[in-house]
Amino acid sequence: MFSSLMGWIDARFPATKLWEEHISKYYAPKNFNFWYFFGSLALLVLVLQIVTGIFLTMHYKPDAALAFASVEYIMRDVEWGWLIRYLHSTGASAFFVVIYLHMFRGIMYGSYKKPRELVWLFGMFLYMALMAEAFMGYLLPWGQMSFWGAQVIISLFGAIPFIGDQLALWIRGDFVVADATLNRFFAFHVIAVPLVILGLVVAHIIALHEVGSNNPDGVDIKKFKDKDGIPLDGIPFHPYYTVKDIVGVTVFLFIFSLVLFYAPEMDGWFLENANFVPADPLKTPLHIAPVWYFTPFYAILRAVPSIAGSSFPGVVAMGLSIVFLFLLPWLDRSPVRSIRYRGIYFRTALVLFVISFLGLGFLGTQPVTPIYTLLSRIFSIIYFAFFVLMPIYTSLDKDKPVPERVTFK
Amino acid sequence: MRTFIFAFFFSYLSMISGQVMASTDGIHLDEVEVDLSDKASLQRGAKTFVNYCLSCHQASFMRYNRMAKDLDLSDAQVKENLMFASEKIGDTMTVAMRAEDAKKWFGVTPPDLSVISRSRGTAWLNTYLRTFYIDDTKATGTNNLVFKDTAMPHVLWKQQGYLHHDEETGHLTPASEGSLSSYDYNVMVADLVNFLAYVGEPSKIQRLELGKWVLLYLFLFFLVAYPMKKAFWRDIH
Amino acid sequence: MSHTVDNSKRRFLTTAASVVVGGAGAAAVAVPFVLSMLPSAKARAAGAPVQIDISKLEIGQLITVEWRGKPVWVLNRSSESLLTLPKLNDRLADPQSDTSSQQPAYCQNVNRSIRDHIVVLVGICTHLGCSPTYRPELAPADLGPEWKGGFFCPCHGSRYDLSGRVFKNMPAPKNLVVPPYHFLGDNNVVIGEDAQGAA
Repeated sequence: MFSSLMGWIDARFPATKLWEEHISKYYAPKNFNFWYFFGSLALLVLVLQIVTGIFLTMHYKPDAALAFASVEYIMRDVEWGWLIRYLHSTGASAFFVVIYLHMFRGIMYGSYKKPRELVWLFGMFLYMALMAEAFMGYLLPWGQMSFWGAQVIISLFGAIPFIGDQLALWIRGDFVVADATLNRFFAFHVIAVPLVILGLVVAHIIALHEVGSNNPDGVDIKKFKDKDGIPLDGIPFHPYYTVKDIVGVTVFLFIFSLVLFYAPEMDGWFLENANFVPADPLKTPLHIAPVWYFTPFYAILRAVPSIAGSSFPGVVAMGLSIVFLFLLPWLDRSPVRSIRYRGIYFRTALVLFVISFLGLGFLGTQPVTPIYTLLSRIFSIIYFAFFVLMPIYTSLDKDKPVPERVTFK
Repeated sequence: MRTFIFAFFFSYLSMISGQVMASTDGIHLDEVEVDLSDKASLQRGAKTFVNYCLSCHQASFMRYNRMAKDLDLSDAQVKENLMFASEKIGDTMTVAMRAEDAKKWFGVTPPDLSVISRSRGTAWLNTYLRTFYIDDTKATGTNNLVFKDTAMPHVLWKQQGYLHHDEETGHLTPASEGSLSSYDYNVMVADLVNFLAYVGEPSKIQRLELGKWVLLYLFLFFLVAYPMKKAFWRDIH
Repeated sequence: MSHTVDNSKRRFLTTAASVVVGGAGAAAVAVPFVLSMLPSAKARAAGAPVQIDISKLEIGQLITVEWRGKPVWVLNRSSESLLTLPKLNDRLADPQSDTSSQQPAYCQNVNRSIRDHIVVLVGICTHLGCSPTYRPELAPADLGPEWKGGFFCPCHGSRYDLSGRVFKNMPAPKNLVVPPYHFLGDNNVVIGEDAQGAA
């Protein structure tokens, strides 16, 4: 009965083929470790954000006069509104936690290297779309941080020579951040950017399944196959990784719930104190800082002094700090993928890079002082040196021999 | 290597925990315990709030009947003790004073207190309400340690009395007696701040209540899911 | 044979023409969508001048009014502070207000104002658009012993003097903007309009 129904469908839509290609006969390396949970977790958080977002739009009002009150309305008067809103706000930060760990995994195990360059590029575009999504979403509660954060970020575009002022005006739709800005950010946040994200997720996964997953050893499992053409070190994604990911999801949800139920503001890191004051275009809060996931780039922006009366260099530096990530597959000259078999140069560089990224992240939350500015400059230089010098130190590095088959460590 | 990474992340997280609250000009803030299960404290705080705050400040997102339910009071009790005649039990805590009038009288519109505990923090409120001191240069006759040149007068002067500010040491000393002992006044303020914390997020009561059940469920699910993973992976070497 | 060559040539030309004409059409369709995001007629009309009474403005006092959605400051400076202003010139990025976009011609003078004591400024930092804080006190702990009163931007630490002139080596590149304004009698300032008429 079931098989005849499937036969009927398969003659018209490749359901079985899709299921087998991407799930039940997609052979993934059998040595995935802890770091390989974050891809599926990112997908889970995406679904969570879309579902909670849909329900929030049923009560939220994208209007400068009503927005702040409508969020409190959701938090108080809407049945279970507080849960849906906290799921969404905590989910936003969780998304970045998961994505940063996912990206770090990629860098650590060389997952961006040939033949996975496009997987990496689609992923980077996803990261950028996610940043745009988070930035525009943060305006919607229309608190002081929402307003002044948007004001600062949009002003960045104003620093572009010649077209800057017109461009910033076009983005805002008014001479300052105003109702028009809120309304269009709502449109981008709830429909335009999510569509882009969904499209990119599909491209990211299709590209991955075309070339196959990397693994902690960075070895190519397709080299050794059995008589049926199945990689000896590969196991079907379903059921092996579905059952494993269910365990990962449970642990993740446990930690997520701890934050959601016991510290949804995360001490001002996920929901900032100043955002409980309605937006006031006449008064900037004494201490403004972006939400934590943007602070490394914000620190780079602040680290660069203005040159010849223009703050454009800082904006360029901030842009470059993301552009360099896109270029990783071509900057890395080492034939070895995984950190396990890399030489001392890359290992050191990666440690310094992580320290500088976290250091910048911390400094981006702090007020400007001479010491912090100096530290930001040092960390910014290390950050860029990681990329600029990569072709040199990866070619000079003394890599270790890579095993033929995967190992369990 | 792996332990190193985790140790590193952990120390980083502990270093950055606790973001700076709104600037306080380096004044030490006195922490106060927030306990939403202490209904007696919340009820006392509510009484102080409607008698002393609600004449100028609103809590325009807070409904009376929601408060009744969360504070273990009946609608009738709230109507009798905590509301003024004209309002309905489903109304929010608004004031009759028009914003323009308020601005004329105080120079600023007194802020809505619905989420003040979330923007200022409870420690700030607890300190603010206890550190008004005599300053003859101000129209209100008082100034405040954590909110310099505040437009708000020392509303609770009858209870606390007036304080004198020593410019040299920065200490506050009593200048006149209030009707309450300093201990009782601190309790009164702590109750009020507790109530403001409740008003800031009434759903927190449900949130804390639900949290443990969700965590328990996830733990139980883990006890099922982990053996399932083990069973499937038995033959993978 | 020549028939196939002709046909491939014809295919190429017609394809090229279709791409060009079709692309132009697509670009034309995009125009209304892109332009719809510019400020609407309503937003453009909201820039009406604002009149304020300064008769009660005490020395050292600053009031903030909203004009075109932006904070505009009116500050009454003391005679002493006006005397200290020229002494700061070496440390300023544009002490003579040479950048003409930052003030109307009638305020391109020593005090950047029409009347010496009263200065009118748009309270938006020229760096990234935060609103700086008025810090009139002399040499406060956080701003250092050289501070003679002025404006401090909380976002990125830019400093301006009491005329809104930016110090050297600050994130902010330019002086604060002086909006068009004029006086109406002794006690009223009209912001958003030159003496001759609308700005």
